[in-house]
Amino acid sequence: MTETAIEAAALGKRFGRRRKRALDGCAFQLPAGRICAVVGPNGAGKSTLLSLAAGLLHPSDGTITVLGQAPAAAREQVAYVAQDKPLHPQLTVADTLRFGRELNQRRWDDRVAERIVAEGDLDPDAKIRTLSGGQRTRVALALALGKRPELLLLDEPMADLDPLARHQLMATLMADAAERGTTVVMSSHVVAELEGACDHLLLLGAGRVRLAGPLDDLLAAHRLVTGRADAGLDPHTVVESRTTGRQLTALVRPEGPLDDTWQSTVPTLEELVLAHLRAPEAPALRLDSVPEAAV
Amino acid sequence: MVEYRIDRRSGVATYVQIVQQTKQALRLGLLEPGDKLPTAREVVEATAINPNTVLKAYRELEREGLVEARRGLGTFVRRGLNTAPADSPLRTELEAWAVRAREAGLERDDVDALFTSVLDTHFKGDES
Repeated sequence: MTETAIEAAALGKRFGRRRKRALDGCAFQLPAGRICAVVGPNGAGKSTLLSLAAGLLHPSDGTITVLGQAPAAAREQVAYVAQDKPLHPQLTVADTLRFGRELNQRRWDDRVAERIVAEGDLDPDAKIRTLSGGQRTRVALALALGKRPELLLLDEPMADLDPLARHQLMATLMADAAERGTTVVMSSHVVAELEGACDHLLLLGAGRVRLAGPLDDLLAAHRLVTGRADAGLDPHTVVESRTTGRQLTALVRPEGPLDDTWQSTVPTLEELVLAHLRAPEAPALRLDSVPEAAV
Repeated sequence: MVEYRIDRRSGVATYVQIVQQTKQALRLGLLEPGDKLPTAREVVEATAINPNTVLKAYRELEREGLVEARRGLGTFVRRGLNTAPADSPLRTELEAWAVRAREAGLERDDVDALFTSVLDTHFKGDES
């Protein structure tokens, strides 16, 4: 197994006649075995990035390698679940899984796929077109995990699932990762559902990487501080700050020790992400460039 | 076997919650030397947390000498966390002190606050 799951350098993608940039100069490195959250506002380039990693799109600029190879060459070890979960509407659930087995004969595991479907109480003879959005998601995930991929790319996987199904599927993903060391990359708007599950973060904004690195390191590099509005925050990097009356609340990247007059806490994932979304001009921070020692 | 309950809103890091709950199970005798901790897979299947978090917690418990990982078998409890037994000299002294505190007119909350403040002074920086 390669040590780097995905590596991007100066990666760019433009669409359409006006060559609108969906991604621009993206560079990051994702070590294998991580559970990576891809977060960002609408139009940030999350889906484009996942499609590039899946080998369904070609970069306009720069490079992306997946499991040490070109994305198209790595396709057998990669599973990708697109946001709209494309499945054949006329096939039954059982047919769809059979289809998965025949397309992935060397890797396929019936037990994995069937268990995910069974957890959702799905009738194997039901046609895909009769299923709800959440049920279709379940079939798409069964297809993806049945392939036993080394890298699993999920675009908004939980969007139309109820809370119980979210928990079950997140638990299934985590169990698969625990057992096989699968690298999981998932985009989501709902940051709270990623907390606890993800250990790596990629925050995109306007086609660029804004935060990239191990989640613990990124959180540790920031402080949520409150204090008097007339106190200075030099020399720390201020990501976002708000003043209410005499009080100032800010998310900062401390450069050296913080003054005692500030009350400071380490932010949660949600606080970190929201502050960066509210402050699109804040400088980017990458903490993923130094290869870590094997755990 | 123990079952972990993860509170995502507590502000306490997830791996610390696992360490604390394991220690609590050791104190209460729910876990005894020789017992096996659940595998990372079992924990994440129940809690939907990241498997690396479980491994981090187990490494921390191992570093403290409470558990040991046996290759291919799992993680096992090495020693319990016994509070002082009922007849220990430390407990006797504390009993006598509590009686004096009550006679001096302290209420339960006063004693609690006093005790916590003394603990904070003498166990500063120690993790629970």
